Amino acid sequence: MILSVENLCFSYGAHQVLQQVDFAVEKGEFLSILGPNGVGKSTLFRCMLGTLTGYQGSVLVKGREIRTLSHRERAQRIAYIPQSHRPTFGYTVLDTALMGTTRQFSPFQQPKRAQTDMALAALERVGVLHLAQRNFAHLSGGEQQLVLIARAIAQQSDILIMDEPTSALDYGNQLRVLRQVRDLSREGYTVLLSTHNPQHALTFADRVLALHNGTVAAHGTAKEVLNPELLRRLYRVEAILADTPGGSVIVPLTEEGES
Amino acid sequence: MRTTEGRRGRLILCILAAALLSLFLLSFWLGRYDVPPGEVIRILLARLFPLDATWTEQMQVAVVHIRLPRILLACMVGGCLATAGTAYQSVFRNPMAAPDILGASSGACFGAALAILLGFSRSSVTVLAFGSSLLSVALVYAIARRTRGNQVMSILLAGVMIGSLFSACTSYVKLVADPSNQLPEITYWLMGSLSGSRLKDVSFAVIPMLIGLVPLYILRWRINLLTLDEEEARSMGVHTRRLRLTVILCATVLTAVSVAVSGMIGWVGLVIPHLSRKLVGNDCRYLLPVSTIFGAIFLLLVDNVSRNLLAVEIPIGILTAFVGAPFFLYLMTRKEHSL
Repeated sequence: MILSVENLCFSYGAHQVLQQVDFAVEKGEFLSILGPNGVGKSTLFRCMLGTLTGYQGSVLVKGREIRTLSHRERAQRIAYIPQSHRPTFGYTVLDTALMGTTRQFSPFQQPKRAQTDMALAALERVGVLHLAQRNFAHLSGGEQQLVLIARAIAQQSDILIMDEPTSALDYGNQLRVLRQVRDLSREGYTVLLSTHNPQHALTFADRVLALHNGTVAAHGTAKEVLNPELLRRLYRVEAILADTPGGSVIVPLTEEGES
Repeated sequence: MRTTEGRRGRLILCILAAALLSLFLLSFWLGRYDVPPGEVIRILLARLFPLDATWTEQMQVAVVHIRLPRILLACMVGGCLATAGTAYQSVFRNPMAAPDILGASSGACFGAALAILLGFSRSSVTVLAFGSSLLSVALVYAIARRTRGNQVMSILLAGVMIGSLFSACTSYVKLVADPSNQLPEITYWLMGSLSGSRLKDVSFAVIPMLIGLVPLYILRWRINLLTLDEEEARSMGVHTRRLRLTVILCATVLTAVSVAVSGMIGWVGLVIPHLSRKLVGNDCRYLLPVSTIFGAIFLLLVDNVSRNLLAVEIPIGILTAFVGAPFFLYLMTRKEHSL
C-alpha cells in the first residue's frame, strides 16, 4: 500500500466536507476520483498535499503520516498537477519544469546541471522538448498541461495528484494528456486524478473512487463500479453503458424519463 | 539547452557590469570643479596604494569627500531599490509592486520628519527614518498575520493602510513644524536627494544593505516559486510562509536603508525591475543581479544629470519621476509589450 487514507474527516467550520473517507491505493495504480461539484475532491487532495492539516483520521504515505513530514519530504513523495496554472510572470518551459526539481537541493543552492538534465528528460518524456525555450504563458492549454506533467516527473515523486487536469482542454488534448498519464502509471507512478467525465475514468483508470455527500459511494475497478445506478446517484443523470469494439461507452439519455 | 538562456543572462550581466564600471569612473570626472581624468584615477588609487600626490588639495577634496560618497551612494541606493522592487513583485505576484508597497517609505518619511521636528542631528534623522520604516512594515506583517484567508492580499491591504496612516502623520508633523527652517528641511528631505552625501552615510548603509541583499541572492531560485500558487509552490517542497517572510524582510531592510540615506526616490524600484524583466526574463537567478546593476546605473546616471545639468541642483527624486514615468508609459503603449 503506497497510500492509504483512513477515516478521514474534515470540516470547514461547521460545514462537514469529508466524513469517514477510507481507501487505499497500490503502487502503479491509476485511481480516478469522481463526484459532483463541491463533494470535496479538492479538499481531499488538499489534505493529502499537506495544505489542510486540521483533519481527523490519517493520510499515510508508505506508512508515514503526511502531516508529520516537512515540505521537502512531502514533495519527495507526492507531486501535484493543478487544473490550470496561470503564472503572473512568464517563465520558459524549461524553467517551469526545472522548478519541479527544487526539492532535490537545499534552499541555499541553485539548480545544477543534473537538475537541468532531469528537467530536459522530463520534457522529452512527455514530448514537449521542442518547446523548452518558449514562454510557458504563450502555450496552448494542452501544451501547458503536458509541461506541468513534465514538471511533476522532474520532481521524481512516486505519487502524482492531478486535480481535474483536463477540464480546460479541448477533446484531442484531453485524450493526449490522459494517455500520457496512463502511460506514467504503467511505468510505476501512482496516479490520483479527479475528473468530471466518467467516460475518462472508464477508459483510462484502473480503479474508481466515487465520492458522494462527503463520503465514499463506491470504490473498485472502473468496470465493476461504473454503472447506471452510480451515475444516477452521483449526478442525477440517466445513462446506459454500451459495449463497443473500442471499449465500454457511457451514453447519457437526453430525454427525461426515457429509462 | 539551458545554456542559450543562461548564456544570454550572463552576457547581459557582463555588459551591464562593464557599463556600470565605466559610468562609475566617468562620474568622478563630471562636476563643476574640473579634475582631469588621469588625476581622478590617481587620487582613487592613492586610497589603496601609496602614490605621490600630483594633484591639488582641492582636487582631493572634490573627488574623495564630495564625489566618492555621492557616487557610491547613488549606486548602492539604486541597486537596492531595484532589487527590493523585483523581490516584492515576485512575492506579491504583482508586476506593479514597488518598494514602497508595504509602507516602508512612508514609515521612513515619518521618522525623518519627526527627527527634523525634534531638532535631531543629521545622523539621527537617518537612524530614526530607518527604524520607523522597519517598524511600519513590522506592523503591517503583524496585522496581516491576524487575518484569515489570502495572506498575500492581507499584507498588501495592511501595507496600503499603514502607509497612508504614516503619510497622515508626516503631514501632521509638517503642519506643526516651524515654517521658516524645519518645514523646508522636511520638504527637501522628502523629495529625495543625494546631495551632501558623506562617507558616514555610506558606512551606515553598507551593512544593512548586505543583510538585505545576501539572503535574496542566496534564495533567488526559490523566489521564482513564490510567484506560483501557494499550493503548487508547497507541493514542490517550498516552505512558502517562511520564504515569503524572509524575502519581505530583506526587501524591506533594503528599502528602509535606501530611503533613510537618500529620502524618497521613487520609480527606480518599479521601472528598473520592469526593464530588467524585458532584458533577461523573469528567472530571478539572472533577474535579481541584473536589476541590482541596472538600478545602480540608472540612479547614478540620473544623479549625474541632477548635479550637473542646471546651476541649481534638482532633487533626484523629482528627476527619477521625470525620466521614469514617461519611459514607463512609452513601454506600456508599445505594441509588443504586455505587462
